[in-house]
Amino acid sequence: MIQPHDSIIVQSLGRFLVPVVQLFGLYVLFFGQYGPGGGFVGGVILGASMILTILIFGHDASRSRLAKKLLHGDGVGMLIYAGVGGLCLIGGGEFLNYAHLDIPGLETASRRSLGILLTQIGVAIDVAVSAISIVFSLSAEEIIEDSMND
Amino acid sequence: MTFAYEIPLLILLLVTAGGAILMKDLMSAVLLLGCYSFFLALVWAWLGAVDVAFVEVVVGAGLATVLFLLTLFGTAPKDGRLRRPPPPLTALIALPLLGVLMLYAAKDLPEFGDPNSPASTHISPMYLERSYQDTHTPNVVTSVLMDYRSLDTMVETVVIFTAGIACVLLLRRKVS
Repeated sequence: MIQPHDSIIVQSLGRFLVPVVQLFGLYVLFFGQYGPGGGFVGGVILGASMILTILIFGHDASRSRLAKKLLHGDGVGMLIYAGVGGLCLIGGGEFLNYAHLDIPGLETASRRSLGILLTQIGVAIDVAVSAISIVFSLSAEEIIEDSMND
Repeated sequence: MTFAYEIPLLILLLVTAGGAILMKDLMSAVLLLGCYSFFLALVWAWLGAVDVAFVEVVVGAGLATVLFLLTLFGTAPKDGRLRRPPPPLTALIALPLLGVLMLYAAKDLPEFGDPNSPASTHISPMYLERSYQDTHTPNVVTSVLMDYRSLDTMVETVVIFTAGIACVLLLRRKVS
């Protein structure tokens, strides 16, 4: 169980830093098609911002309750990734062949671009939730039980 | 190819890696491992693999260090120092021999950036040339990872998912 950090400097810096880190994570996630970055790194940065929240504000702060709720989302990222593949199957192509994503009004290359974006979001969610859940299980005694019995 | 950055970086890599192994204090070893990841990321960036460098910084120097530290605090040993038995004689003999063998084999590796090396003649030119028309994605690394090789990436994601689930299931504790 991690208690809130009692230093005012750490608290104010955390209040300032966590949104910046989250913004940067989103930027890395969505800029991955145009520069270095992508779903994996973006997800780790988003997860790291949640970890920072837990380390600074403790397990019971309202911000880290959000992280606790996120634990239920384990597998959503995987579902998004595989679901995009399934949509390609429905569209009449091979599994994960984004050219067959059934969206009217988009040419093939744009469909593939969209498919890349969607799968990257899936990877990011998966990685972020995995990172948070590992930290939770390392540091909290009863949090995991609580969130599983909710 | 300049040697100005290469040699100090590689020396720092060796020093931090050796320090992380030999250090008696666990906390210092963890921090040195973070430094090692950071220098490794600099090496990747210097070799032109910016995406790999990014992952190395974020995961190796950031997340892994936090996880190690949390493990360290969670297990809370009274004495954080390691007592390490001396290495066995076979390892002392076999590992240098293996190193010499690898150095001998490394002579036959293609030069860095050689356009005729097998890695850059087989399928990568096709990716490089067609990536933008095919997927409207300027970053070829992303388009290879998420489009041309997306099934591989999906299985990687499954590995991460499995690791997360396994950690939660193994480390789950009840309050007594």
